[in-house]
Amino acid sequence: MLRLTLRNLAAHKVRLLMSTLAIVLGVAFLAGVLTFSHGLDRTFSGIINGSTPDAQVRPANSTTATEDAARPGGGSEAMLRPEAIERLRTLPEVARADGVVQGAGLYVLDTEDKLVSSSGAPTLAFNHTGSPNLLGEPMLELDLGSWPKTEKELVLDGATAEKAGYEVGDAVTLIAPQGETRRKATLTGIAAFNGGGTAGAQLLVFSTAGAQELFTEGKDVYAAVSLTAAPGVSQKELVEAANTVVPDGFEAVTGDKVVAESEDAIGDFLDVISVFLIVFAVIAVIVGAFIIVNTFSILIAQRSRQLALLRALGASRRQVTVSVLFEALVMALIAATIGVLAGWGLAHGLAAVFRQAGLEIASDVLDLTPRTIGISYAVGVFVTLAAALLPSRRAAKVPPVAAMREDTQPPARSTVLRTSVGLVLLAVGLVLAAMPRIGIPEISLPGGFEVPTSPALWVGVGAGVSILSVAWISAFLGRPVLAALRTVSGLVFGMTGKLAGQNAMRDPRRTGATASALMIGLALVSLIGVLAASMNASISDVVEEEFKPDLIVQSPTFTPFPTSIGDEMEKVEGVATVSRSQVAQAVIGKVDLQNPKKNEPAFLFGVDEDMPRIYDLDVLEGSDDVKPGQVLITEEAAKEHKWQLGERIDLTFRSGRQLHPQISGIIAKTQVTGDITVRIEDLVEAKVPREDASLSILLTPGADPAVVHERLDKLVADRPVVAVQDKDEFAESIKGQVNQLLYMIYGLLALAIVIAVIGIVNTLGLSVIERTREIGLLRAIGLSRGQLRRMITLESVTIAVLGAVLGLALGVLFGVLLRDALREDLTSLRVPLDQLAVFMAIAVVVGVLAALLPAIRAGREDVLKAIASE
Amino acid sequence: MSLTDPAPREIAAQAIDLHKTYGKGAAEVRALDGVSLDLYAGQFTAIMGPSGSGKSTLMHCLAALDKPTSGEVVVGGRKLGRLRDRRLTALRRDKIGFVFQAFNLVPTLTAQENILLPLSLARRKPEKGWFDQVIDTVGLRPRLDHKPSELSGGQQQRVACARALVSRPDIVFADEPTGNLDSTSAAQVLDFLRHSVDDLGQTIVMVSHDPVAASYCDRVIFLADGRIVDELAKPSREQILAHMADLQSRAMGLAPIGEDA
Repeated sequence: MLRLTLRNLAAHKVRLLMSTLAIVLGVAFLAGVLTFSHGLDRTFSGIINGSTPDAQVRPANSTTATEDAARPGGGSEAMLRPEAIERLRTLPEVARADGVVQGAGLYVLDTEDKLVSSSGAPTLAFNHTGSPNLLGEPMLELDLGSWPKTEKELVLDGATAEKAGYEVGDAVTLIAPQGETRRKATLTGIAAFNGGGTAGAQLLVFSTAGAQELFTEGKDVYAAVSLTAAPGVSQKELVEAANTVVPDGFEAVTGDKVVAESEDAIGDFLDVISVFLIVFAVIAVIVGAFIIVNTFSILIAQRSRQLALLRALGASRRQVTVSVLFEALVMALIAATIGVLAGWGLAHGLAAVFRQAGLEIASDVLDLTPRTIGISYAVGVFVTLAAALLPSRRAAKVPPVAAMREDTQPPARSTVLRTSVGLVLLAVGLVLAAMPRIGIPEISLPGGFEVPTSPALWVGVGAGVSILSVAWISAFLGRPVLAALRTVSGLVFGMTGKLAGQNAMRDPRRTGATASALMIGLALVSLIGVLAASMNASISDVVEEEFKPDLIVQSPTFTPFPTSIGDEMEKVEGVATVSRSQVAQAVIGKVDLQNPKKNEPAFLFGVDEDMPRIYDLDVLEGSDDVKPGQVLITEEAAKEHKWQLGERIDLTFRSGRQLHPQISGIIAKTQVTGDITVRIEDLVEAKVPREDASLSILLTPGADPAVVHERLDKLVADRPVVAVQDKDEFAESIKGQVNQLLYMIYGLLALAIVIAVIGIVNTLGLSVIERTREIGLLRAIGLSRGQLRRMITLESVTIAVLGAVLGLALGVLFGVLLRDALREDLTSLRVPLDQLAVFMAIAVVVGVLAALLPAIRAGREDVLKAIASE
Repeated sequence: MSLTDPAPREIAAQAIDLHKTYGKGAAEVRALDGVSLDLYAGQFTAIMGPSGSGKSTLMHCLAALDKPTSGEVVVGGRKLGRLRDRRLTALRRDKIGFVFQAFNLVPTLTAQENILLPLSLARRKPEKGWFDQVIDTVGLRPRLDHKPSELSGGQQQRVACARALVSRPDIVFADEPTGNLDSTSAAQVLDFLRHSVDDLGQTIVMVSHDPVAASYCDRVIFLADGRIVDELAKPSREQILAHMADLQSRAMGLAPIGEDA
């Protein structure tokens, strides 16, 4: 039996390869994603560990100092004086104490005076001290040149220098946050974090004096201190000793704690990426499973006579089942092996894509871990065996007498039960998805479980159940579609079209299962398409409704910029009003000294007196005319904090200053400002460094908007940090971000479609083999090679279009329902008909491509051999 | 070969010194070994011979399904040797009709669609009068909308015959058309073929090893070891049987191990 199985496998190498390809791709994607996430994890933990000292002295009640500096409006006022560092340095436990100077708002311009994009990763600007990390190694590695010595020198990371086109010795143009905003510094070297790479962050390393000139107005003060322990001193002992001399408002923490905090902070971000990618890997594996089921079913149908012979010769049902399953196991092992190796390659590909996007991942951390290999093999084998189980049981049911029958086609099985069960499941799925419309019941289940109330979750689960049910009964649901397609192709292509339509209907279950793979991919694509189009429409609506100024000035990366830009704009001819807004952070409510983690700072907006006049805020209570000492809050904030109009709230800033503004107005949620809005004057009083997050500009009556726009553009031409946008440009810039995400998701779903194409190739290939004699007959009585190819192509297109019709219908249905569940954010519904048409066209192209190989193969078949076969 | 009928006739298809070999060296098999043959229009010709005599290969070469190793085939006045696949396909579709032993019909199409298949592949309309005449001769009018799976074996073969005739081909090739049928159905099919020659003026060439089938023919050609060894005009079943036995014993004499066909 075993030998027979292996013979079977060896006899159909090409067929085997095609069958395994689906699972190879699924496993490859999974292994690739796992390897990539692992590499991502290691890259970040390498950087964090490599750049953290034994202990750090930092402002109390803060988390990692570097992170604070990178946050907009997070600049801390409290600074350490050199004497404090000197005191630390004299402690016997301390081997080294190095003052850290760092700051935000610094940008590098390339040789063509364009901003070097940072793609979301932070720009880290600080002084070079040479202090070692907690492993005793240097924190930074110099790849080239030397460290900066004078105030007019700096070191960059390799990626930034390359992007900007600078070489060692060149003069680098910088945009500074204060003082002389545009300045030059000589590039003296190229550096990277210890262990290589920067994970996309831009490194700008200065001498201590240079950093102080940029960030502390030249004063000899420091934001933090890196401590290095004397030999034999533990981190804990070091921190205890340091805390005895640390000035008020500062604390010493161990390097381990800093590492844990940093990993916590980055962990969420990494988890999002990993989960996001793994979701697509799971989709790929599910789609692959469909193809395995189908392939095995066809192979067993074709082998039924051989299986019957085995049964007639005395093989038990069990032996037949086991033999088929064993065949699947061998296939799975081969597929998983190729898949894991391909996954390793894919991980490098993903890393290259992320590198393009600016997130540098060292390729030496993209290793196949035993965990990745284990999971990939387990999933590959499990999915293949599970998919082969049904066909293998069917194989065992082939009666021995079938060996003697002329007709090898198994009799049509009743599909009534399957169809009924599928229809019931589909109904359940639809009801689940419609629950948010009907009303989610609020019942608590025994055991303290509660019915989840998230409408999106209900729709998601309903969509999942429905899509799988439709796949299950695609033979039934697809029949009217196939009949319609047959009529159409018969009308357009004559007899070849009709034959193709008939062939697709010959085994509706096979056609349905093949189409299902494509259906799943296209359902998801069109669902996402509906959501994205709705989101873009909603953005347009919001912008249309809320964008009141003539022009808006802000940074494309939403980073703050110097107030001098606004000052200059006020002087431009045609500009009537420049309204400023600033973003700051403060702890809301009472500061809990016992439990610093609870003091998570929230963002608040600072505005000037013009803001309420320019924008048309929806005032629910009080007035939107916020004055110094007052605060404007949204309905959501009022609900969350149980605030009432007229009440005073507590805000504690980084500087330690507190404000107690009175609530003067409650407004509906808006994109114009945040949950909490105070006057900029109050922020100044709270010692928040003054900078602008956005400027809203009104023109003088009669001024030509285009002309003023041009003047302002000219003004900011050498300040690439900010952009001037009118209403349409503003909407487009936001939509651009939505579309970027959309294309990324499309890219990932493309894999599911590639697998579906393989499924169609497989089914067609096997069908062509099955119909060799019929094809020979057709050729003998006058079907030309071209007509034969057209017939197979049309059958393929029919399958693909069936998948597309079902997929698009489901995708649009659930897209609409999901949009409805999310209607608070997605205020308008838009079904992107143009995109759906493109998807349909893609399905046709997919059909044509999938038919290429089988059609060529069938065309090459010798007519005579085809007739004489058997 | 000598002409059995002194009256000059139009030639529908012609084989000139056909050779067909498979394999090389020691494994070489000569399926056809210098066959020259004229097939006359308006005649029902049978090609007979034991298994391995080359009769099927001869028919496949004549019908443009296979290419001879050397020699020339002429169908409807056209030499096949130089034709590319596209022309051969068109020739098969327009000038030649086929009836095979089994699997003659496309299972997804009705009887009528099967009959009209060569015409619809060429995007031609059937001649109404001719179509009706063929259908009536074949006697299948009430079954035209049935799928092949709903027809008996004899009915299926008659549908296949109707399909072969519907495009008014120059010549129809039938490969053991009654091989899979019981004697009653076989007789119906053979009657139909005879009628189409006598009443409809068709030209039919049939490969068979059944003397009963061959007795319906105007002319019987005997093949052995890839050569034409004999032919009879309008033979009776007994004549054919006697000839077959003669051939058999000659073959036995040449090769003592014998062929059991």
